[in-house]
Amino acid sequence: MTVNWSALGSTAAVSLLLTVAVVVLFSLGVAALSRRPAEASTDASAATPAAPAAPRGPLALPAATLCFAVCAAAVGYGLYLIAAG
Amino acid sequence: MEHITFLVTVVIITALAFDFTNGFHDTANAMATSISTGALRPRVAVTIAALLNFGGAFLSVQVAKTISGGIVHENSGISPAVVFAALIGAIVWNLATWRFGMPSSSSHALYGGLIGAALIGAGTHAVDFGVVVTKIIIPLVASPIVAGIAAAAATWLARLITRRTDETTSGTGFRAGQIASSSLVSLAHGTSDGQKTMGVITLTLVTCGALPGGSTPPVWVIIAAGTAMAIGTYAGGWRIIRALGKGLTDIKPVQGLGAQTAAGTVILASSHMGFGLSTTQVCTGGILGAGVGGRTAINWSLVRRMVAAWCLTLPAAAVAGGLAELLARTGTPGVVGVGVIGAAFAAWVYASSRATKVTAGNVNTVAVDIPAGASAAVAGGLLPGTATTQTLDSAA
Repeated sequence: MTVNWSALGSTAAVSLLLTVAVVVLFSLGVAALSRRPAEASTDASAATPAAPAAPRGPLALPAATLCFAVCAAAVGYGLYLIAAG
Repeated sequence: MEHITFLVTVVIITALAFDFTNGFHDTANAMATSISTGALRPRVAVTIAALLNFGGAFLSVQVAKTISGGIVHENSGISPAVVFAALIGAIVWNLATWRFGMPSSSSHALYGGLIGAALIGAGTHAVDFGVVVTKIIIPLVASPIVAGIAAAAATWLARLITRRTDETTSGTGFRAGQIASSSLVSLAHGTSDGQKTMGVITLTLVTCGALPGGSTPPVWVIIAAGTAMAIGTYAGGWRIIRALGKGLTDIKPVQGLGAQTAAGTVILASSHMGFGLSTTQVCTGGILGAGVGGRTAINWSLVRRMVAAWCLTLPAAAVAGGLAELLARTGTPGVVGVGVIGAAFAAWVYASSRATKVTAGNVNTVAVDIPAGASAAVAGGLLPGTATTQTLDSAA
């Protein structure tokens, strides 16, 4: 009986890093989404402005899109791993 | 098809029945957090999970060549009767834990049933206890901890990043993320657990000569296994969904995202590296970690009972599988007897669950209410007066 501790350790480390990376990117995307210029916002948040200190800008939407695209790529890689068995 | 005997037919039907219990036992792993936060309505959630479980069965081209991944030496006298007894043992444990709303590993129940039935049917040489340690015990300890730490870190950071984001945007965003990560877990579950049932049926068909050795599962086996699991998933083990989604901690969308992403990542990374693990334990670990990272209160007494149930799953299913094999090895009347006892047990569990019905309608409305002695009663019903029960009592 041999336990492959290094494989176990690297699996744990990779899991930890990937989880944190994906969730952080997704959160950045969400945060960016809420900082779109006010006139672009069509939902209720226009009536009740978000936290006053949050800066808004024209780059918010592209930034959010980029974040979500990377997250989607991570999901795509997950799908590939499932299909490849 | 003239090789398909009575016993083989019974094994196939029982394998599909196990697949059904696997589906409804494990719906919670993928969907409990999404149902709990309202990201998906309960019926919608189980429908998505059922479709993805079904689709997952077709996704992998990898051949389901072994039932147990080396835990049981499959060429050392593992007869269809042993497989049948193992399946009955696993089904009995799955039903008992469902009755008490305990998420426990369906894979461990199957392995336990196989170990018990193989020990009785073929002797100690049929079981590789080294593999039991490396493939079951170590992942049992490590995987929920890794998922928990990952979920805690991810949830804490996500809350930090979005602390100045308005509630509407963050709520909507995180719920959308939850749906994606839940769906991925569901698909992974359909692929990995669906293959176990296909492996059981295919190996049984090979043993009886209906298929040549080394065959891939025939299309009808893939369809049957995918369908059985999808129906089970759609039936939605609401008791377990409630326990995971509402019982452990109050899950907010950000925590649901953290928990489910951690669970999905750990499951995919581990199966890619060849570590078998329990989806159930990983998801529970993820939810607990997200609770810690998101600073919500955790019901530690329920956690202790769940951990006790996890530790009991393998021995309890082994005892049930062993007892079933004692009877099944006597011949056709014995097999019929085991089948009748198994069906009677299933009917009794279902009947006794009617009094406290949990459905799609009330899965979120009531906080989980599991009597303190519930898991001890589960153990007591299967292992009366054993040392294991005593250990559980002191743990609970």
